[in-house]
Amino acid sequence: MAESESESPSDTNPEVLNLNEVDQAFIKEIVKAGGENVFACYQCGTCTAGCPAGWKTAFKIRTILRKSILGLKKEVISDRAIWNCTTCYTCYDRCPRDVRPTEVIKTIRNLAVKGGYMLDSHKAVSHFALKMGHAVPINEQFAEQREALGLARLPPNASSDKKAIKEFQKIAKRTGFKGLVDFEEEETPE
Amino acid sequence: MRIAFFLGCVMPHRYPGIEAAIRRVLPELDVEILDIEGATCCPAPGVFGSFHKPTWSAIAARNLVLIEEMGVDVFTACNGCFGTLYDVNHELRHDHILRQEVNQILREEIGREYHGGVEVKNFISLLKDDIGLDKISTIVERKLTGIRAAVHLGCHWLRPLQIKQQGNPEAYKIIDDVIEVTGAQVIHYKDELKCCGAGGGVRAADKTLSLNFTLEKLRNISQTSANCITQFCPFCHLQFDLGQREIKEAFGETYNYPVLHVGQLLGLAMGMTLDEVGATRHFTHIDPDDLGL
Repeated sequence: MAESESESPSDTNPEVLNLNEVDQAFIKEIVKAGGENVFACYQCGTCTAGCPAGWKTAFKIRTILRKSILGLKKEVISDRAIWNCTTCYTCYDRCPRDVRPTEVIKTIRNLAVKGGYMLDSHKAVSHFALKMGHAVPINEQFAEQREALGLARLPPNASSDKKAIKEFQKIAKRTGFKGLVDFEEEETPE
Repeated sequence: MRIAFFLGCVMPHRYPGIEAAIRRVLPELDVEILDIEGATCCPAPGVFGSFHKPTWSAIAARNLVLIEEMGVDVFTACNGCFGTLYDVNHELRHDHILRQEVNQILREEIGREYHGGVEVKNFISLLKDDIGLDKISTIVERKLTGIRAAVHLGCHWLRPLQIKQQGNPEAYKIIDDVIEVTGAQVIHYKDELKCCGAGGGVRAADKTLSLNFTLEKLRNISQTSANCITQFCPFCHLQFDLGQREIKEAFGETYNYPVLHVGQLLGLAMGMTLDEVGATRHFTHIDPDDLGL
């Protein structure tokens, strides 16, 4: 008798959900992204069927949505497959229950970043943007190409405007983004 | 008309020929292009929107404010920039709490404020709705009858439909008339509405997967008589142009389709040379004879 009380069915059977792992705050975030309709998802799989990433990888939006509604935060945000979505919005436009799956995925990714699961390659992209004001910055080769085409060597954007980069950084510091991607002040060019 | 040109990153920094073509074409159509001094990365919707939405919204709002201060509307020739600027503009107009939060940041950090006075236009909509195809046909000096273009629509121009309301994202013939005004022929192919694979941070996170999307499209295009790939997003452009070289290395399959942005196509139709629209500097080799130029 004592044994059955201490042992939860979820310890021995992975198919059984342990209610202690359900994260109610996470469910609220999912509802905020997808709307109340997330609970109306009837698992039809239209999202997965039209998903170009789902055709090629183990990324299954339907499954991720189900797990999210069940509040399995850690399992969802630590899943590498969430980064396979190109945000093409096909699922969003086709979902018969108006669950806005792409926005749900983006919210899950935001929480993954916050939870320490950001990919190094994505940190690098963020550093480019913080340092140069552009995720794909100008370089010598293309500055020369611009000149050859009769354009200004540096385009009239942040590439030729240090103040714009400063403003970008100020905003990113205020929102907490700089800290989130481990950007150090000294990376800023003079 | 006078309108601000949001350049973004990939076009001015990797494919300046697209910018050069657009800067030549639009004035011929009585459009005065204004530069947005101090504009930054839009920032990329599926990338920064995926990392930290509050930052994505605030940086985009700053760009919108710069345009607002110029007293004009804006267009962009990049689906990514369009996705960010249009969607954030939409959210700030409809979500008053978000607007207050964003404005507090803008006021306190950079002394600016968003008022919602800017309309964000895509290059294609600018051509079709504001300029009109009849007018565009008047600047065509040579019909590009040798070009059989496989069109790639990209994602963030029309999707999500609920927000964009620019046209039906499943209507695959939606830009045929713009291409055809240049004299080029549109070639349709299997699954042509599908994503190129570059967006959402996938190209940075997993280049092989990203190229897999492109490879599938190239295989489908190769089943047709197309001799060129055309689109109107510099990031899709990069994915197809540089992507063909990367695909050869990664998968051992060789494709050699010239890749032309709609802006370059119009430039060519107006009489610009492949050199002048920057096409000879693409990663994929372009033979003018193949395209009848």
